[in-house]
Amino acid sequence: MDDKGLRLEGVSIALDGRTLLALDATVAPGAVLTVMGPSGSGKSTLLAYIGGFLEPAFSARGRVVVGGCEITRLPAEDRHAGILFQDPLLFPHMSVGGNLAFAVPASVRGRAARRARAEEALAGVGMAGMAGRDPATLSGGQKARVALARVLLAAPRMLLLDEPFSKLDAALRAQMRELVFVKARESGLPVLLVTHDAADAQAAGGRVVTIG
Amino acid sequence: MMLARLGPPATVLLLAGPIAFGLAGTLLLAFGYLPALGGSEPTLAHFGALLARPALAHSALLSLAAGLVSALVSLAIVMAFVAAWAGTRAFARVQHLVSPLLAVPHAAAAFGLAFLIAPSGMLARLASPALTGWERPPDLLIVHDPLGLTMTAGLIAKEIPFLLLVTLAALPQVRLAETRALAASLGYGRVAGFVYGVWPQLYRQIRLAVFAVIAFASSVVDVAAILGPTTPAPLAVRLVSWMNDPDLSMRYLASAGALLQLAVTAAALGLWLGIERLAAALRDAAAAAGLRLRRDAALRGAALGTMLLAAAVVAAGLATLALWSVAGLWLFPDALPQRFTLASWTASAPHIARPLWVTLAVAATATALAVVLAVLCLRREDETGRRAGRLALVLIYLPLIVPQVAFLFGLQLFFVATGTDAGFGALVLAHLVFVMPYVFLSLSDPWRAFDRRYEAVAAGLGKPRLTSLLAVRLPMLARAVLTAAAVGFAVSVGQYLPTLLIGAGRLTTVTTEAVALAAGGNRRVIGVYAFLQMLLPAAGFLVATLVPALLFRHRRAMRV
Repeated sequence: MDDKGLRLEGVSIALDGRTLLALDATVAPGAVLTVMGPSGSGKSTLLAYIGGFLEPAFSARGRVVVGGCEITRLPAEDRHAGILFQDPLLFPHMSVGGNLAFAVPASVRGRAARRARAEEALAGVGMAGMAGRDPATLSGGQKARVALARVLLAAPRMLLLDEPFSKLDAALRAQMRELVFVKARESGLPVLLVTHDAADAQAAGGRVVTIG
Repeated sequence: MMLARLGPPATVLLLAGPIAFGLAGTLLLAFGYLPALGGSEPTLAHFGALLARPALAHSALLSLAAGLVSALVSLAIVMAFVAAWAGTRAFARVQHLVSPLLAVPHAAAAFGLAFLIAPSGMLARLASPALTGWERPPDLLIVHDPLGLTMTAGLIAKEIPFLLLVTLAALPQVRLAETRALAASLGYGRVAGFVYGVWPQLYRQIRLAVFAVIAFASSVVDVAAILGPTTPAPLAVRLVSWMNDPDLSMRYLASAGALLQLAVTAAALGLWLGIERLAAALRDAAAAAGLRLRRDAALRGAALGTMLLAAAVVAAGLATLALWSVAGLWLFPDALPQRFTLASWTASAPHIARPLWVTLAVAATATALAVVLAVLCLRREDETGRRAGRLALVLIYLPLIVPQVAFLFGLQLFFVATGTDAGFGALVLAHLVFVMPYVFLSLSDPWRAFDRRYEAVAAGLGKPRLTSLLAVRLPMLARAVLTAAAVGFAVSVGQYLPTLLIGAGRLTTVTTEAVALAAGGNRRVIGVYAFLQMLLPAAGFLVATLVPALLFRHRRAMRV
């Protein structure tokens, strides 16, 4: 087993004593595991459990191991689980550049160095020179790309995708899928995708687990 | 965030602590226990002395009636207005007109009303001598009328904006449009459909606020001193004058009276429960009879008219105050002064400086503490996933439901006993008790409506929770936080009784100074103080609006 991958060992999540899902799985770096299920099946709570922000109403057990170390007991901020939701969720009070600078790891010191990293990340998603823009003035596709650049910039250990393409129109959706999976592969990140859209699963190309 | 863990217990302590200590102190005093004054044996003598006071029952009845009538009328106006207009464009406009009135301190609104309707007031001037033939102010007892009608009217005008805002906050939780469509399809008029279908759920949400209104109106001091009857005065006004009597032994009497006040307010609330049942029975009977009120245009017009009238009265009163503060010679029945002068302002300035400074310092400190506590409590709510329950909500409303005199007398005793009376800290604590509920109530809805996925994103980017709070959630909620702070600031500025009793005459604010001027009747000076009293909360709200607008002027999604 490759130590750099993501491993879920005996993970199960329950609400009021009713088990929503139970899963054992391994995702290699650069590979995608797709979890499919209807809405309400608890697939988003799986991401919340891995990311460390599960609502206290749910109870969960099982180990999450990434890159060889267990993260289950770590606080969310130490798990480095990059997440993309349906909505781009760019921070509305920051500029596009501000959103990216916020994501640059603390290890990068100096204003200029941080800004350079942000610019570089923007260029990487085809948005060079847009740092000064107000996120609210971007198109839907541009916002999605900035969100992707932001999450990658933080040097995550894995990528959690919560139906990130479902609100994009058909043409954009194909483009974004392509971009996200290519970027994840380039960065060698294990990806966990939850969706109810079979086309997402197909585009991801990896293993598919159906729950619910 | 270990600190968030401390939020709820600290808040409970700061809210319930002063009330519990204060009530205990009042109780001790009422039964004659105050070693410093030689009282070390429990006695019922002070209750005997209390009952021997002339016209005591009359005073108590005035308080009871003011509490019930003002609550009933203001609630009826708000209900009719929301029933008739919710969801329309007129509703949104009136809402924007009425909301700022909430920030006007009670005393300023009361002075405004007095300046408006007194025999020599603005209305008499506008109508004289053309309509009335009055060349001199008529000899009528309008302000301080023996039945307390003017006082009740003043309370109603101030309670309407409060109840309207509380109702508006609860409105999203009921299915207004659907119920309205359903009721209309069954042939019910707009108001009837609302009262049968929506109001019962809505009322359940605002019930504690209504209790607070009853408790406040049945024990109010400043409005009653400015507008209320004097022979005899409502109960709370008499109690405060006993408490401030140079003869210290009068404090026993005042404390025994404070327990009577507690009983009067409890009786008002008890009677209100009866009124609730009666109203529900009437509503059910009307609904069962299929009373549809299909042609309710007149009722809807009346609801809008009354609402606008209440707002107009307060606004016109404030304008009259402002006018008096810059008036030179102003003869009756002239509608305007013969000349304008800043003399009243320049003459008052040296006396105002210190009270103004105390007002600002106490309000700013109490508000800052309240905002921090509210954020910690709400933060804790996020962490545990449990929303503050019914009990917590009752606790939040407690300082607004227990009559102020009932625990402030004893609290003052406590501060005197510990040598901290008339200290800045004691005054801030006393204000915090009343500021905290408003700050919490106005911040909790926007806080809970925040999309927490933003925090998940920040955590995913490796940000600790404190960074996420300071860099993401608080800035995104800046408008809500600053608005809550402005509400808290306004509440603090308007506090009369806590300042009077805990400040003990050594720490005075613009509000206590203004009310103290009431008896003197110098309209120009009252105009200066009352105008200033109104200006401070307005400035607070201006800051709360301008700061986020400036900070985020290039961020479209941050606009309202």
